[in-house]
Order: sequence, then structure tokens, then C-alpha cells
Amino acid sequence: MGVNNNLKNMYLYTRFERFWHWLQTVLIIILLITGFETNGLYTSWGFENAVAVHNFVGISWLIAFAFFVFWIFTTGEWRQYVPTTKKMLLVVRYYLHGIFRGEPHPVPKRKDAKHNPLQRLTYLSLAAILLPVQMVTGFLYWGYNSWNAWGLSGFSLKAVAMVHLAGAFAILSFVIVHIYMITTGRTLFAHTRAMITGWEEVEDVASVEDWEVKTKAA
Amino acid sequence: MKRLSFKDCFHCSLAFGLLFFASSESFADQAEQAPGRTMARQATKTTQIWITTDHSKHEILQQAFTSGPEVTKACLACHSEAAAQFHKTIHWTWLDPNVDPQERIGKAGLSVNNFCISIHGNEPRCTSCHAGYGWADKSFDFADPTKVDCLVCHEQTGTYQKFPAGAGNPVPEPTVFKGNGKEYFPPDWNKVAQSVGRPTRKNCGVCHFLGGGGDAVKHGDLDTSLMKPDKQLDVHMGVDGQNFDCVRCHSTTLHNIAGRTYSTPAAMERKSLVEDDLVSKITCESCHTSRPHKPGEKPNDHTDKVACQSCHIPEFARVNPTKLWWDWSQAGKKKDGKPYAVKGPLGKPVYDSKKGDFLWAKSVKPEYFWYNGSINAITAKDMINPGQTVQINWPVGNQADQNSRIAPFKVHRGKQPYDKINKTLLIARLFGKKGSGAYWGDWDWKTAFTSGMEKAGLNFSGEFDWVETSYVFPITHMVAPKAKSLTCTECHSKTNSRLANLTGFYMPGRDGSKVITFAGWATVFGSLAGVLVHALGRIFTNGRNGRKEK
Ligand code: HEM
Repeated sequence: MGVNNNLKNMYLYTRFERFWHWLQTVLIIILLITGFETNGLYTSWGFENAVAVHNFVGISWLIAFAFFVFWIFTTGEWRQYVPTTKKMLLVVRYYLHGIFRGEPHPVPKRKDAKHNPLQRLTYLSLAAILLPVQMVTGFLYWGYNSWNAWGLSGFSLKAVAMVHLAGAFAILSFVIVHIYMITTGRTLFAHTRAMITGWEEVEDVASVEDWEVKTKAA
Repeated sequence: MKRLSFKDCFHCSLAFGLLFFASSESFADQAEQAPGRTMARQATKTTQIWITTDHSKHEILQQAFTSGPEVTKACLACHSEAAAQFHKTIHWTWLDPNVDPQERIGKAGLSVNNFCISIHGNEPRCTSCHAGYGWADKSFDFADPTKVDCLVCHEQTGTYQKFPAGAGNPVPEPTVFKGNGKEYFPPDWNKVAQSVGRPTRKNCGVCHFLGGGGDAVKHGDLDTSLMKPDKQLDVHMGVDGQNFDCVRCHSTTLHNIAGRTYSTPAAMERKSLVEDDLVSKITCESCHTSRPHKPGEKPNDHTDKVACQSCHIPEFARVNPTKLWWDWSQAGKKKDGKPYAVKGPLGKPVYDSKKGDFLWAKSVKPEYFWYNGSINAITAKDMINPGQTVQINWPVGNQADQNSRIAPFKVHRGKQPYDKINKTLLIARLFGKKGSGAYWGDWDWKTAFTSGMEKAGLNFSGEFDWVETSYVFPITHMVAPKAKSLTCTECHSKTNSRLANLTGFYMPGRDGSKVITFAGWATVFGSLAGVLVHALGRIFTNGRNGRKEK
């Protein structure tokens, strides 16, 4: 493994991003736990509590997500999610092969490119498809009693509920893979640390701007 | 690109905080009571004395009466329209008032049940619960105003009794009724006549609590335990609570008492007193409105599809056991040549030679059906399919119907006779002395059917067999205290859902999709397996983070 002497601490995630990330983590985990109880997959908190918490957290999340969307567009951070096929195969090859041989990551993190091509695609489908689908179906489910008033009387509750359920499984799978993937950083907790403090030690510093670099405190 | 300052982030967090706080409003105010409760309390002040006369001061009621009709004549002397009004009501005709009498819908017509089946041929016994005097057979004069029994509904001494086999008449002298071994006494006519007032629970109860010829036989939510119930049994009637009489909700105009009659719902519109102060108080909404729960509470969203009774009457017959099964085919067994009866564990007969096998139960969970307030029924004229359980009556409604709600029912099942050739249910003459052709006198089904069917004006081929039948009663009394109402999972559950029989719509917690659940778990466990294999790979190849870095 290439020992990198040029390790530099780089500020990757702003306070807002980190706050948003952990807030969303908590919300999604609560939604998963309560949603699956609502479905009847297990019993623990009680259906009534599960539904009440699920609805409350779900609606709160919808509102919070609006802030996130606002932030991502006003800051231009949306560019971080623009999909690219460049180096995609390299990244895939890395996770299937290179990682086992201690090779360095083919697309190291940079301030203006926090996500590698695989991540971009994953996060884009998550943030632009899976989560919105979950939110829309969740909102519809929540508003079931108003469907007539909304002119949606033709909708099928079963269909909405089943898309929502399928979405929940997809999100759970994402969470599992995601939790694993964050251990593949330079050290097991490098990525986690970055998401907590905002700073990550990155190997390729070529494109790191001056202000972003902080010398490691001894 | 400008970096977000600490201040920006602080504001964001503040906004989120406020947001959570705002949406948590619906969880607050737990102490406040539900608006439906407040409004109902507001609408029902303690009973007042409205009456502007004292009947004991009327000379006409001080004369020497010797019979019911004489008393009625005296009543009508002042209440000139009362009999004419009453003659039009179902309490008098025993026919569905909303159907052409020619159709003979009603128990005086060809309607049947799976208890004693029909009154034809059995009048003197059945009509002891008729608010009239002398309906002993078909010759009864329904136009005679003096035959109306004002007293049974209005007297307040509690001493007035009609003889169980007296065609609606009290006895002229003390007489023992063989059916129950009790002695019945002639009324003190002056006392009872001078006591009249608005009907109380007892006036209604002497017939309606004993329907089917005994306590709690029929309805399941109407029995003698409601004479003096506590709040635990009935929040409205409980003597330690609101202490309502029946007529408090069964409000009355011109002797028409609010309530369902056969296929006519108790209320066509669900209005509250707030919308119409003259509305009958027969629906829950009348006093509680259609959104009775605290704002934001889920049950408010259920009121369009679930009847209040479904959650608020978790079980019926909570004090006295009610009859759930009656098998006529087992009747007629004798011990030493004599009819006999066997008492079961609940203190109720499980066998009676006269009637057959019974099953009784206490604290029964209702069965649930879509119901728009209307109950349809077949009559003794209608063809049946003896190959399956015959539904004698059934709740009308379905999920798509705006007026239908899921409502609780007692279903009384049993076996009763039918005509094998004509494929109709049979009416038996049951009550009568030896030689009358009645089953309880002569113990021969064929003559009993011949006599019963003839009295009803119907054909009997001479061949009969037994068929299983069901009969429904809507459950609406015995509303339990709110702490006892159903929890969500009584219905929203994959196992033992009370609504397991109602299909064709999606219910969270009860329904789902096997395919999606299976595919979902496959994806989740696939992901789990994938990352595990990958992690093992890293550990064994000493790949990145597979081992501690130097
Ligand atoms: C991470 C996001 C979410 C997950 C994993 C999730 C998961 C689930 C699951 C598994 C169910 C049970 C579905 C069924 O069996 O019918 C459910 C029900 C439900 N979800 Fe979500 N959900 C999420 C977000 C939301 C959002 C944003 C809302 C919007 C308010 C929402 C509203 C609902 C409602 C109303 C129900 C039905 C509860 C009831 O019975 O009343 N969900 N959810």
C-alpha cells in the first residue's frame, strides 16, 4: 500500500451538509423502524405509536427536505450529483478488484468533486428518485382521506402503499451498503470522521486549494 | 462559492427546531377532552320535568276500570289523536311501515327469523309483546282505537304485567304461567293509569330486552342488564353516568320512535344537533358530530368508513349471556317419555325438548360488515338454496357506497325447517295445547308445519328437512368507556384481524404484498451478503483496511 506522505486535511463538508446528513440519517432510520412496524413485519412499539411517529417524522422530513433542495440549488452543490460515466468503470473495477490489493482509489475526493462517479449515480438516484418517490407515496398515503378533495379518487391505496413498501426495502438496502462503504476509506473511520468534523485526510492534494488545507496538528 | 457561515447553520437548525415543534402540536393538549364529548355533554342537560299535568288528579282516571281497553278509552278522551297516530306505527302493525302492506314484510307478515321463526299460529304467546289488547289470531281488529295498550309503554309503577300467553292482555285474576312457573297478577288499574309518563327503560325493556321469549336471547346488546347498568356496560345508560332512558336517543314524533325498521335506516342523513336542532338523536353523530375526536387524531379519519360502534363496543353481552346458536332439528327428544331441558355452564339451557340445541356466550366479539343502515331479508315466500347456509337477513352496503360503514353485528346461527319441494323456509305452529296441532302440544313436526303454513296462507308440500341459517342484529348499545375501545391492532394486524373477512380494499398493517415483501427481503439480505463477502475479501487479501495500517 502506497504510504502517502502528502496527507493533507481537507475541509469537505460544510456544517449545513453535515447537519443535514445526520438529521436525515436519524429521520430515515426512524421512518424505517416505524414504517416496518406499520406494515406488520414486526411488533414492538405498537402500531398506534409507530403510525403516529412515522407520520410526524415523515412530514417533518418533507419540510426539511425542502430546505435541502433550496440549499443545494442556491449553493450550486447540485453539480456534485451530475452523473458522469468518466472513470466509472475504473471505480467499479476498484471496488471489485483493486481494493483487495491495497490500490489507491482511482478518483480521490476533492472539494469540488466529493463524490466519485459511482457515488454520484447512487446519490443522484437516491436523492432524485428513491427518496422523492418515498416522499410522494408517503405524502399520498398520509393524505389518503383527502384524495377525493384532491381529485385523486381514482388512485389505489394498495398501489401507493406497495410502492412505498418497496421503496422502504430499497432504502434499507441502501443503508446497509452505505454503512459498509464508508469503512472503505483510507482508514475504517476516515469517512465517518469527515462527516462528523467536516475534515478528511485525502491523498491527492493536487487540486486542493490553499484555504482548504489545514496542517495536521501534532 | 461562499462557504456557509456558522450563523447560517445556526439559523437553519433553529428553523428545523421550530418545524418539529410546530408539527408536534397535534400531540399536545392530551389533557383536553375530545370535542365530540364536550359537545355531547353540552347537548344533554339533566332531565327536566316537562309535564304540565298530574294524571292522578284526573277524575276520568279514578273510575273503576276492569280492563285495558277501558283505560285506553279514558286516555283517548284527552289524547284524541294518540290512537290514530299509534295505529300507523310499526309498534302496532308489526309490518314494515315503508312497504306496501300487501307485500307482507314484517313479523305480522311473512318475515321469519331463526328463533321461533314466525308468529303465525303462535299469536297469543308472541303478542304478549304487542302494545295492544287481544291479538289472539287473524281476526284481531287493527282499526279499533281502544285496543291500543297505552299503559305498557307509559305506566310508571312497574307493576303492570301482560300475561305471557294472554294475547297482550293482563290476567283478570292471579294466574301461573306454566312456561316459567311465575304467577301473574291483575293490575291495579287506577294506580297504573294515574302513573303514566314518558317511557322509561323498563317500559321498553319488558319487550325489547326479552325478545325471542327470554332475557338476552335475541340482540346481544339489549337485555335486562340494561335496566340498571353501570357506566362500564353502557356509558349512556349507566346509572352512575348519563343515566339515559331509551327515548333519550330514540326520540319520537307522533308516536313514531326513531330507529331502524327493516330496510329503512334509522336516519337517512347523518346530521348533528348543531346542524339541525330537530334532528332525531338516533345516530352517534346527532350529539357527537362526525369528527368527535381531538383534532389530528387518527380516529377522526375513520368516521367516513367505520361506524363509531365498531371501535366503541368491543364486545356485546358483557353481563348476560346471549344466544348464538339454535338447532331446531334436535328438538323432540324425551326422557322417560317426557320433554326435558338441560342447563349449561352459563346457567342457560343448552337443550330443551321443545326447541332443540342452544349455544350461549358472554362478552362476544361482534362480526363486521359494510352497512348503510338498511337490512334486507327474505320471507317465508322466497326460494332458498338449501345447499348452503341461508342468510335470512343481511346488512346492506359495500365499500364503494358513501353511506356504508363497517359496523358490528351479532350473527345468530342455527338450523331450522324448510320445505324440500317448495324450497322455502317453514313456519311451525309451536304454541298450543294437545290436539291443537302445535308442536309443543302434539310433538309432530308435520302437523305443526301444516298448521303454521296454513295460518300464514302459504303452501306446505308435506316434505321437510333442516337447513342452516343466519340472522344478523346490528350492535349499537353497550357502548363501553373510551379506555375500553378497540386498539388499532384489533383490526390493523396480519393475524386475528377483526376485519379479516372484509376484502377488496387495502388496510395498513393487515394487508401487504407477499411478492414485494419477499423481493424486499431478498434485496436486503442480498446486500447484506454482498457487503459481508466484500468485507471478508478485504480481510483475507489484507486489502485497504483489511488490516490495521502501519
Ligand atoms: C425513509 C423514508 C420512509 C420509509 C422507509 C417509510 C416506510 C414505510 C413503510 C414500510 C410503511 C408500511 C407500508 C404498508 O405496509 O402499507 C409506511 C407507511 C406509511 N408511511 Fe412511510 N416511509 C418513509 C417515508 C414516509 C414519508 C415521508 C411519509 C409522509 C408523511 C410517510 C407516510 C406514511 C404513511 C402515512 C404510512 C401509512 C401509515 C398508516 O397506516 O397510516 N412515509 N412507511
